[in-house]
Amino acid sequence: MKTLKIGAAIGALAVALTAQTAFAGSHGKTSACLITKTDTNPFFVKMKEGATAKAEELGIELKSYAGKIDGDSESQVAAIETCIADGASGILITASDTKGIVPAVTQARDAGLLVIALDTPLEPIDSADATFATDNFLAGELIGQWAAASLGDAAADARIAMLDLAVSQPSVGVLRDQGFLQGFGIDLGDPNRWGDEDDERIVGNEVTAGNEEGGRTAMENLLVKDPTINVVYTINEPAAAGAYEALKAVGRENDVLIVSVDGGCPGVQNVKDGVIGATSQQYPLLMASLGVEAIAAFAKDGTLPENTPGKDFFDTGVALVTAEPADGVESIDVAEGMDKCWG
Amino acid sequence: MTNETTARERYEDAASGADAGVASFEDDRRGILRTVQHWLHRTPAAVPLIVLILSVVTFWLLLGSKFFSPFALTLILQQVAIVGVVGAAQTLVILTAGIDLSVGAIMVLSSVVMGQFAFRYGLPPSVAVLCGFGVGALCGFVNGALVALMRLPPFIVTLGMWQIVLATNFLYSANETIRSQEIEANAPILQFFGEKVSFQGAVFTYGVIAMVLLVVVLAYVLKHTAWGRHVYAIGDDPDAAELAGVNVTRTLISVYVIAGLICALAGWVLIGRIGSVSPTAGQFANIESITAVVIGGISLFGGRGSVMGMLFGALIVGVFSLGLRLVGTDPQWTYLLIGVLIIGAVAIDQWIRRISA
Repeated sequence: MKTLKIGAAIGALAVALTAQTAFAGSHGKTSACLITKTDTNPFFVKMKEGATAKAEELGIELKSYAGKIDGDSESQVAAIETCIADGASGILITASDTKGIVPAVTQARDAGLLVIALDTPLEPIDSADATFATDNFLAGELIGQWAAASLGDAAADARIAMLDLAVSQPSVGVLRDQGFLQGFGIDLGDPNRWGDEDDERIVGNEVTAGNEEGGRTAMENLLVKDPTINVVYTINEPAAAGAYEALKAVGRENDVLIVSVDGGCPGVQNVKDGVIGATSQQYPLLMASLGVEAIAAFAKDGTLPENTPGKDFFDTGVALVTAEPADGVESIDVAEGMDKCWG
Repeated sequence: MTNETTARERYEDAASGADAGVASFEDDRRGILRTVQHWLHRTPAAVPLIVLILSVVTFWLLLGSKFFSPFALTLILQQVAIVGVVGAAQTLVILTAGIDLSVGAIMVLSSVVMGQFAFRYGLPPSVAVLCGFGVGALCGFVNGALVALMRLPPFIVTLGMWQIVLATNFLYSANETIRSQEIEANAPILQFFGEKVSFQGAVFTYGVIAMVLLVVVLAYVLKHTAWGRHVYAIGDDPDAAELAGVNVTRTLISVYVIAGLICALAGWVLIGRIGSVSPTAGQFANIESITAVVIGGISLFGGRGSVMGMLFGALIVGVFSLGLRLVGTDPQWTYLLIGVLIIGAVAIDQWIRRISA
């Protein structure tokens, strides 16, 4: 009986203490919101990790929100509204719908919040106060240059499959695709669209939804169109893994060059195993921690983040990971890629 | 003795002048349209089969041997294998006048369980596969129990289960992909349905063979076993079925459990197809399976249609997808045409149903 009473007393004390800290928290601390496309993709999981660690270090209260699936813009709009009502100092967002989210973002900025787009630029890009992202065009350019350099003279009559993200042509997918083509040495046509190039080396564009299943189906479709494909560009590493399965099914896995973008741990492992020739690695953890720092600075004295010179966003860096470096293309080896990988 | 028998049969004397045949439906209506309507009513898989043949011929004429080759045609089979298997589960549920929105989620969770049980807990891969089937059956049982015992509408039950199962999948897997290379090295049985037999350019994966076998077995079971006829009876009129002595509750639960098991099979086939275990796969399997069922001429009101029709429906979508991609049109045209096919199929279904009105 006695122990029960003591237990109850301790419990009550604990409740009182937590209530008190919670009360202090909502008043004394700067608060920030992180809104991601989903909270299941390892990329966003890593992003949240980076933001949470930095927020703890700076004594900022961080609240995280996410859409149910990639493309769920309604949940993101609701999250922005919640953050405004909550009196947050700033919002970090990876938008699912880069155009559709703009009115909600404007509303937040009008209410005095700092809005930073992470990873995915809004359209137009200056709808947010700042954008912390990978230079996706450069990411594509690196793998394009690597593929061309690895093929050498054979690049002149390469047969290229382009495995893109979605028919709606979101900016990330367009930038990577066009960057790859530029790096490979192909005329772009309109750089804001993929699929309008007339170079005969391109067999075709297919969409993958950025997953294994889509990657496999897309690769199969293009192989029917032209079984002699020998270079495969993929939007990300899961799509690359799917494409590899399709190539394996027709016994062509060893004579086709697959390149990709992302730098997730399974992807870098696939570079090590020779599934993917080279991948451009991006750094979500850095994006998020820099974002939290920027909100802290803004809350303190109104400092606005600055762009990387010559670009209309802050470049968080990209590195080419490959086990077979090509002349004239800077790259890091697989061991270093494994050190820095996410997911 | 003789007298007694005569006396006993005397009560039938009144019927002596009547038609001695078994009860039958007389088709006294005339005209070609009526005849066609009547024939379609008896053979629900005919419309999708005709559409399938027409679309294959059309693309053959448009594209020649690029499309009409053993390689491309068997590729379509490979691409619809997963939808075909999930569609078989969906067919069973829809025949009972239900609908299952959770099929894709159950498929993915089962595949994740098969993978993670083998890799995270180090169980023998074959045991992990059985566990995956167990999870599929369990999800199906929950669906069935809520529908049959609690009398909740199937749409609502499976809408809820879709979210629950999908969230469980993401929470449990932490969205970790198990790579193809690791599976190949440590648990090749998970990729069993990726194995293939090929001759003359035609490629049949075990997944495709499994889908065809499953559909054939289900077609037989639905047509020639008591359980199969009960499924139709419940879909047509559950009260009448109950009065006729069908155990509606038990049959309904069994339908959902079997649907869950088939979804688990689809999960296994999925691993064979994509090589890896990916928790983000199959997001639209529920919609795709319903599409196949509807285009396949199975009535959403239950009790009418055949599982063969579902397979033809899935193949029609596959033929259109690959064909239009080879023609080189914007992929949106594929979705537009599939939309037209869905509405067309339901319109035809309604027209055919008028024969019984």
